[in-house]
Amino acid sequence: MIEVQGLTKKYGELVAVRDLTFKVETGRIWGLLGPNAAGKTTTMRILTGYLPATAGRATVAGFDVFNEPDAVKKSIGYLPEVVPLYLDMTVSGYLGFVAEIKQVPAAKRKAAIARAVESAGLKDVSRRLIKNISRGFKQRVGIAQAMIHDPKVLVLDEPTIGLDPAQIREIRELIKGLRGEHTILLSTHILPEVTQVCDGVVIINEGRLMASGSLEDLAASFERKDGVILKLRRAGAEEAALFKGIPGVDRVSAEGNELRIEWGRGRDLHDDVARLALDRGLGLREMRSVASIEDLYMKIVSGGLEQ
Amino acid sequence: MRNIWSLMKKEIGAYFSSPIAYVVISGFLLLVGYFFYSLVSWFNAQAMQMAQNPYYAQHININEMVFSPLFHNMSIILILVAPLLTMRLLAEEKKSGTDELLYTSPLSVGQIILGKYFAALVMLAAMLGLTALLSIFAFAFGNPEIAPWLTGYLGLFLMGATFIAIGLFFSSLTDNQIVAAFLTFVTLLLLLVLNWVASSGSGTWQSVLSYLSLSQHFEDMTRGILDTKDVVYYLSFSSFGLFLAHSVIQSRRWR
Ligand SMILES: Nc1ncnc2c1ncn2[C@@H]1O[C@H](COP(=O)(O)OP(=O)(O)OP(=O)(O)O)[C@@H](O)[C@H]1O
Ligand SMILES: [Mg+2]
Repeated sequence: MIEVQGLTKKYGELVAVRDLTFKVETGRIWGLLGPNAAGKTTTMRILTGYLPATAGRATVAGFDVFNEPDAVKKSIGYLPEVVPLYLDMTVSGYLGFVAEIKQVPAAKRKAAIARAVESAGLKDVSRRLIKNISRGFKQRVGIAQAMIHDPKVLVLDEPTIGLDPAQIREIRELIKGLRGEHTILLSTHILPEVTQVCDGVVIINEGRLMASGSLEDLAASFERKDGVILKLRRAGAEEAALFKGIPGVDRVSAEGNELRIEWGRGRDLHDDVARLALDRGLGLREMRSVASIEDLYMKIVSGGLEQ
Repeated sequence: MRNIWSLMKKEIGAYFSSPIAYVVISGFLLLVGYFFYSLVSWFNAQAMQMAQNPYYAQHININEMVFSPLFHNMSIILILVAPLLTMRLLAEEKKSGTDELLYTSPLSVGQIILGKYFAALVMLAAMLGLTALLSIFAFAFGNPEIAPWLTGYLGLFLMGATFIAIGLFFSSLTDNQIVAAFLTFVTLLLLLVLNWVASSGSGTWQSVLSYLSLSQHFEDMTRGILDTKDVVYYLSFSSFGLFLAHSVIQSRRWR
């Protein structure tokens, strides 16, 4: 549904996106993950036809972004990084205007607005001026605006930024609810967003592709070893030695009050590790997989990993 | 066509949802009303005196003595007003990021510019229309000729439309409304005084300058003379302004 090939964007001397290639399949939610200035917004602006690329190709819903911009624009709903709101309009007036310029036929406009208001949870504020509603509601208006013409593809640039935790959860639920009918590319620099909402991820840094694929594939391919990180009351040499004694464990390292316990892929020692921790009363706080995408992302961002 | 209409409606709504429309329209009416009042008072005094002399009495002409100077005054006031109508049209979209919505919608840059241009024209027409109500007094109590009055208004509209096209161009150059308004104002003022400069020059220069001057073509219209050359001048000047705005936006986006 979205295909990007060798995409490059230069702003003068600065190369914001460098030879980027990835693919998002129909009906999937994909995250575009990267730290600040990675080139996420730039990539999305190219996909939506706001900016031209310096080199490379991109197709959305089967249409070429550069040669058939109008067809692409009709099939994309886009939430830009800065939510494009006319503050002096009411919420429903604004959605009406967007419906018009997105070519929603006059007869269907009312229903389209009602549907967008409903699914973005804007019922209570639909008659208010946009300048008078809270930041979170403005963000929702942005999302409603992107969905108004029921596009096949949604491109959402940091959809949950600036929201409180409850609203973040609601927006994530809203986005998850769109899976299947819509193909979604959302950008973020926070990892939990990807692991909670997305099926797959494209990780970029300084304009370069670092990794891409479904979450499971990525986790598997980046760690030959399997293992867990245990957070304990105390994690010293003594505790490390205990876990080293479990048959099959290759390596145990301690850091702070965490133990990193690794074994070869193919075994499943989770139960043994947990049982030992409980039997010895080590004060188990937390147990998580080392092959987490979190480790992967941290390594990528800190420059420890090149693909 | 529908797209142009959508944008035009939105822009007109924007004029009236901020104080700008009310302030500009009432200021314009106040100034025009004042000039009209003082011209009519002056005319009455003059007419009273001239009527005593049968030779001068033939020369009492309300068109020449009231409307012609009034139209000139109005054209000067439009130089002040037009930048206020056009400054936010494109600059504000850029500043607030709403241009990203417009340019990622299935609209052409031409449709966006025309929608905005027509919205400003509607404001201009409304303002001129309201001042035309003042003239009702003149028609009720005097007997002005209708032709010079009509061509005068047509001239004002064409000239204002040209001002707006120029203003739209400057609004496309920056995301700062004040800068857009000021550049428009300076340019309009320069174009207006070109014929003063021209009158002191000679030869080809003089004719080029006075042809370019915005006010020169307006002169005949206030006297009831409708020359296609003048109409063509304003229409082509307007189109040129719109074309420049279009090019600026295209090149910004494709750089
Ligand atoms: N219009 C522009 N002109 C020049 N440089 C730009 C422009 N827009 C972006 N850049 C640069 O391109 C790089 C990538 O920017 P981009 O906005 O795509 O990053 P991002 O991944 O969206 O970052 P963030 O997470 O902070 O939103 C940055 O170094 C930025 O300074
Ligand atoms: Mg960004």
